[in-house]
Amino acid sequence: MSLNSAAPAPITDAGVVTGHGVRTRQGGSFFSALLAVVQKDLAAEFRSRELLSAMLVFALLVILIFNFALELDVTARRAVTAGVLWTTFAFAGTLGLNRSMAVEKDRGCLDGLLLAPVDRAAIYFGKAISNLAFMLLLEVIVLPVYSVLYNINLFRGGLLLVILLGSIGYAAVGTLLAAMTVQTRTREILLPILLFPIAVPVLIAAVKASGAYLSAAPWVDILPWLNLLVGYDVVFVAVAYMTFDYVVEE
Amino acid sequence: MPPKTTALKILDVFAVLLLGTAAYLALVFAPTEAVMGDVQRVFYFHVATAWVGMLGFMAATIAGLLYLITKNMKWDNISMCSVEISLVFFFITIVLGSIWARPIWNTWWTWDPRLTTAAITELIYVAYFMLRQATEDPERRARNAAVYTLLFGPSVPITFLAIRMYRTIHPVVVGAGQGESLPLTADMKTAFFFALFAFTVIFVDLFLNRIRLGRLQEKVEQLRMNTMA
Repeated sequence: MSLNSAAPAPITDAGVVTGHGVRTRQGGSFFSALLAVVQKDLAAEFRSRELLSAMLVFALLVILIFNFALELDVTARRAVTAGVLWTTFAFAGTLGLNRSMAVEKDRGCLDGLLLAPVDRAAIYFGKAISNLAFMLLLEVIVLPVYSVLYNINLFRGGLLLVILLGSIGYAAVGTLLAAMTVQTRTREILLPILLFPIAVPVLIAAVKASGAYLSAAPWVDILPWLNLLVGYDVVFVAVAYMTFDYVVEE
Repeated sequence: MPPKTTALKILDVFAVLLLGTAAYLALVFAPTEAVMGDVQRVFYFHVATAWVGMLGFMAATIAGLLYLITKNMKWDNISMCSVEISLVFFFITIVLGSIWARPIWNTWWTWDPRLTTAAITELIYVAYFMLRQATEDPERRARNAAVYTLLFGPSVPITFLAIRMYRTIHPVVVGAGQGESLPLTADMKTAFFFALFAFTVIFVDLFLNRIRLGRLQEKVEQLRMNTMA
């Protein structure tokens, strides 16, 4: 883990990496600011393990509920595995997105981040990448558990690619919307309401592509969904990049 | 605030007259469709209201973009009015469509691309208003709302595309291939295009009135703040 190299930097409870802040001001580089945000999120998470453990337990509970709700016997499983997985990721992902922004807001760190003399886009990408990292970590844990519980091998190259592409789109829009909802009155309740209808294309494409990989469908059936995922990712990362400034502006 | 301008008053009357005429053309003038019967008459208003919904949808995104560029509250007002009108008209479209679908498809609802996209769009609009209500500071509200319009602007077409791909790979459903080229007689076309025209005018009229109302609301808010200060 690259954490060790960052060990000397004092990480306060507020989550500000002082050492990196200074370096950023001198270097003024976009990427060092971005890395500093990612690093502080990961460092804070690896010490508290609040977010990831909550996401994980929640994800397992969702899978458990699906088991009863859908009567996941062998035939049903084949048809709905992709849907169950993505519903789980989407729900658990919302939990993580909410929490990662609420932590910033509650301890006043968001203001601190915004006061830092760095490009706001670096803050956005930093938060988005750490949110993506949490989602991917969750998925990496959920996949083997699901594989064991339902006796189905989910570790296939194509499926992992779909999960990566889908998570990128979800985290890109989710981070922007979480930054928006954390400043509103209804906060946690509002995020899924805003996010789900916008993320519908990602979920459709990801479910279809995952399902196609699981049933070993021919490449021609999978390609359009991958195209759609890549297209969505590009469009929404661009929109989020351009509008994040307006969302956090005071 | 000046009273309603004469031009707007004339437009109000004109819009009501057009609506009446469009209704006459759709319900009486147009011939009864041979296969579907009278229920087909729903079609004229169904497409026209959907058209107004689309206009409002596009206007909302463009006005949202203009707000972020200019920071002029006028555009926020316009964007919100567009969403409001579009919300109502898409809802009318869905209701009219259901009335038609019940005898023709033998179901009120089917998960066809257009229907599903319309339903998701309605939900996005509801989310939009919840976002507005949850934000107190007017400028922040305007900014958040504008960013959200920029998100749903590209999202809704992509959703439509995704659902369409979904359905073409798995061909299903009642009414697949339906509605692409409806054979219309000349009188039907008259009624159809007149309804489109009438609803466009109604859209403009509602839009102008709603913007005026929005300005009045702003004024009331300002006066209230002044008296409290």
